[in-house]
Amino acid sequence: MQIGRVVGTVVATQKNRKLEGAKLLLVQPLTLEGEPRGTALMAIDSVGAGIGEKVLVVLEGKAAGDALGKKAAAVDAAIVGIIDTVDYQA
Amino acid sequence: MQLARVIGEVVSTMKDANLTGLKLLVLQPLAASGEASGRTLVAIDSVGAGVGENVFFVRGREAAFPFYPAEPPTDAAIIGIVDRWDM
Repeated sequence: MQIGRVVGTVVATQKNRKLEGAKLLLVQPLTLEGEPRGTALMAIDSVGAGIGEKVLVVLEGKAAGDALGKKAAAVDAAIVGIIDTVDYQA
Repeated sequence: MQLARVIGEVVSTMKDANLTGLKLLVLQPLAASGEASGRTLVAIDSVGAGVGENVFFVRGREAAFPFYPAEPPTDAAIIGIVDRWDM
């Protein structure tokens, strides 16, 4: 799982049927220090995350499909947690 | 599978129900030399690992297998604590 920050929402009227009702968020992956790292990605949200929040993103199709609650959905990333704190020693 | 050092912990109150009770640890992958190598990631723990320990972990859908029949939504899981490795 990666740590990221929710930086936006995505609205798409015309989309795969399995994605109907799904909340699509733009997530910027972060380093442990909180700096942006790499390209922002789109993830399904299953925990009620909002813009500005630090979240846990799972990058795996089956887990993302489960988070969406649908089988064989064409998704590869899902937000599965809102992060309260990260403690680490470099 | 890959070697890594546990360097931190993540606390998340609001999370997927299938993650309840699982420990979320921050991993730094290691090269065979023991040097840090590659991006840090967050993994769930299946063996009771803690900060400072060397572990090995698995990526992908298989990361949920240690918790069978539960299916936590994860892409990485710690599946062993390394006593030592020789080269």
